[in-house]
Amino acid sequence: MRKAILFVAFLFVGAFLLLGVADMRPFGEPQMAVMDDYYIQNAQPEVAVNNAVTAVVFDYRGFDTLGEATVLFAAVVGVLGLFRKLREDER
Amino acid sequence: MNNNSMSVIVRTVTRFMYGLIILFGFYVIMHGHLTPGGGFQGGAVVASAFALLLVAFGSAGLKGQLNLHWLQSIEEFGALAFLGLAFLGIGTAFFYNLFANSGGFLFGASVPTGSNAGVLTAGGLVPLMNWAVGLKVMTGIAAVVIVMLVGSHKEETE
Amino acid sequence: MNIGNLPFIVAALLVVLGLYTFLFKRNLIKLVIGITLIETGVNLFLVTLGYRTGGISPIYTFAPEAQQMVLPTPQALTLTSIVIGLATTALLLSFAVFVHRHYGTLDVRKVKELKG
Repeated sequence: MRKAILFVAFLFVGAFLLLGVADMRPFGEPQMAVMDDYYIQNAQPEVAVNNAVTAVVFDYRGFDTLGEATVLFAAVVGVLGLFRKLREDER
Repeated sequence: MNNNSMSVIVRTVTRFMYGLIILFGFYVIMHGHLTPGGGFQGGAVVASAFALLLVAFGSAGLKGQLNLHWLQSIEEFGALAFLGLAFLGIGTAFFYNLFANSGGFLFGASVPTGSNAGVLTAGGLVPLMNWAVGLKVMTGIAAVVIVMLVGSHKEETE
Repeated sequence: MNIGNLPFIVAALLVVLGLYTFLFKRNLIKLVIGITLIETGVNLFLVTLGYRTGGISPIYTFAPEAQQMVLPTPQALTLTSIVIGLATTALLLSFAVFVHRHYGTLDVRKVKELKG
């Protein structure tokens, strides 16, 4: 019974996702590219960097990278803390 | 030879290759503002070299060569360096690129607009942030891999 | 060559496969694999959103002149997403290791029965 309910829910969500694809815009034609065109045109004069992706990661959207570094730090500290008891036993 | 290391072929190839992999990772970090790549990608490449060493020589082979305290210290230094570099431009805005196009000695050169061969000394704070994030990622992933492999191996032998 | 909406369909299929794994498998490692599959689908969807037909990668070093470039922001955010996915996968796998240490099994149902 539980499995049948799960299967119906799975079918519903899967059909929802796959039907949503049918209504997507055509592949390869972004609708709004004003911000990205600004990044592409101004990455060299403003940041003096050839790689526009690096300019976005480290300059225009540095806050995202800061949050990501925080998440990575938290995960590393979490893993090391979980295994700390093992390491103390080893010593 | 301890029992959890792999065959002599794998160990020989690893001994030959891991230096080249680390060198390639540092190249990816250093040229992050010119070519595809950057701090995260290069750090992951260097960490994969550490993972290769661990797989080939086993957890006992690395004992005493990679200190977890050192790895953790370098990771925290990378995080603090990233935050400090972000705070350098606080006079204008957080994450303001202070050194770009300044003409100074430290990554202050300008680049010509359009397609060019790449100027290594350009970019302002971006290469420094690449190095900070690269150090952080390589040591963080290496510490995670070492701790997980040592922990799971210890469980098997119990 | 016209490939239509195939990349969107592939991204949706990856997410659906991950959902299937997540709903019907009981092994913890397989659950982690399902989460990673969903993550991969989302990353592919992000990169796909930023593609322009005939565009080159947004890097000026030795770039061909007068070419359209693909959008850099989705690529940067995908980079962020990949590293966060790596961190969460490491944490999930270490939780799985500890569940196996404590209960002696990776089956979710048995862990539920053994609880307490």
